[in-house]
Amino acid sequence: MSDFILEATDLSRSFGGFMAVRNVNLKIARGSIHALIGPNGAGKTTMFNLLTKFITPSSGTITFNGRNITHLKPEEIANLGIVRSFQISAVFPHLTALENVRIALQKRLDVSYQFWRSRKILSTLDDEALARLDQVGLKRFAHVPAVELPYGRKRALEIATTLGLEPELMLLDEPTQGMGSEDVGQVADLIKRVSVGRTIIMVEHNLGVVSKLADSITVLSRGEVLAEGTYEQVSKNPAVMEAYMGIKAEEVA
Amino acid sequence: MTKPATSHQTLDEAGEFAESVPHEKLARSRAAQAVLWVVLIAAVLLAPAVLYPVFVMQLLCFALFACAFNLLIGFTGLLSFGHAAFFGGAAYICGHVVKVWGLPPLVGILAGGVFAAALGYVVGSLAIRRQGIYFAMITLALAQIVYFLALQLPFTGGENGLQGIPRGTLFGLFDLNDPLPMYYFVAAIFLAGFLIIYRTIHSPFGQVLQAIRENEPRARSLGYNVDRFKLIAFVLSASLAGVAGSTKAIVFQFASLTDAHWQMSGEVILMTLIGGMGTIFGPVVGSVVIITLQHYLADIGSWVQVVIGAIFIVSVLLFRRGVVGELARMLKISSV
Repeated sequence: MSDFILEATDLSRSFGGFMAVRNVNLKIARGSIHALIGPNGAGKTTMFNLLTKFITPSSGTITFNGRNITHLKPEEIANLGIVRSFQISAVFPHLTALENVRIALQKRLDVSYQFWRSRKILSTLDDEALARLDQVGLKRFAHVPAVELPYGRKRALEIATTLGLEPELMLLDEPTQGMGSEDVGQVADLIKRVSVGRTIIMVEHNLGVVSKLADSITVLSRGEVLAEGTYEQVSKNPAVMEAYMGIKAEEVA
Repeated sequence: MTKPATSHQTLDEAGEFAESVPHEKLARSRAAQAVLWVVLIAAVLLAPAVLYPVFVMQLLCFALFACAFNLLIGFTGLLSFGHAAFFGGAAYICGHVVKVWGLPPLVGILAGGVFAAALGYVVGSLAIRRQGIYFAMITLALAQIVYFLALQLPFTGGENGLQGIPRGTLFGLFDLNDPLPMYYFVAAIFLAGFLIIYRTIHSPFGQVLQAIRENEPRARSLGYNVDRFKLIAFVLSASLAGVAGSTKAIVFQFASLTDAHWQMSGEVILMTLIGGMGTIFGPVVGSVVIITLQHYLADIGSWVQVVIGAIFIVSVLLFRRGVVGELARMLKISSV
């Protein structure tokens, strides 16, 4: 098998006349944590949605483990082992934490279309769901509706749910967005822990988190790849400093 | 329908109540639900001793219709504005099967249900391609087509409707022209339909439906084929609405345009909202409220609509969860 789990070749997407992503080539090394960064409007979210099939590319191809997935649907790639998170925390608010995780685990029982069957059968998954919650420090919240969990814990729950599918490739869309600094540290540690044995692609604004976690980084700007490499390499790249810091400075002002 | 809420509580707030509350709530909810089931079954069995059986049968037909509708809006998050097509359309099919083909009423009702399921498959397949208001508009447009077919096709009797549908006998044993056998026949259909809906909601399938309703993109990203779940829910809902309409046609020995008219689609929304959408018993309560008002206020003519409209406005403004939803909240129990 190739060293690269996911490859995007000449990927472009335009909205009307606007090229949100232009001829982007991306290779994600198996087992790595890869960060997509860039100033606002750089095309990160579009790129992310392209990779997770929530939007279709105008041109270019995406392959996963050598298989062309360019024209698959989100639920189809999920079943191949690519699972994403969302910018706003993606939990099922009125299900308990335990039930949230069970939604992912339920897939393997193959009973999801059986409307004539009691859902009691799902309780056979409770032990594993509890173990998954324990893994992210949520065991004692098992019976709390997700909506009542604080933000940081919602993200942890989302990750526990995603892990329930044992994804080979996890895509995280700004996992620490909108969090206080304590929560950021916790979620970053969590990502590091769950990255063992799988590949993670994340869009992230917090450069502290990126420097701590990412093995490699792709910097996007105006829909194109500006630079690639480790944090060290990328942060010293003058083009990156100009594009990134320039806009950052404006933002602050 | 529900957007994932972001809360900015601190971590500690959630910690304290984490262990005790849900279990108490669960126990209370179970007890409350057991009581409601007993009350419902007792009420259904004993009602004809106190009330006019035909009136109660009408209630049961509409209650089943509203429960079927609630499976979509309350438990899948889909607002169909065309459910009259299934209710009214099935009534014609059932009437035709019983009156013209001379088959027993139970066969007619099943035929109505199968017809509504097939129609639901067609309407659902087209409508689930769009969301929200567009979904509702597609269901409305297709239901209008059914209405005009009901008006134009020769077998429906046009403006006059399909009259004089014989009630016949059940299994060749019970004469359904007698009020009591007819009543218990209808009661059995209602309870069976209610049980099917209850089980569907509390099945692995229902669990995925709830996930879809709460966060559709997330359900997709976990690998669920959302459209297929929606379509199955739509077909189930349509077929039970068809059973309700067919049963009503046997009760009143009459299938009419009223049952296929868009106002009927509106009425079932009203019943569900007033009773409490997304609750198990809400649609039953809602249909009892609406049908009782229509029945006892019939003397004041079209003012009934004004009264119902006022009740609707009050309920939307003051108790949006509906009667059952608000009660459940006050008693701190689960309404599903």
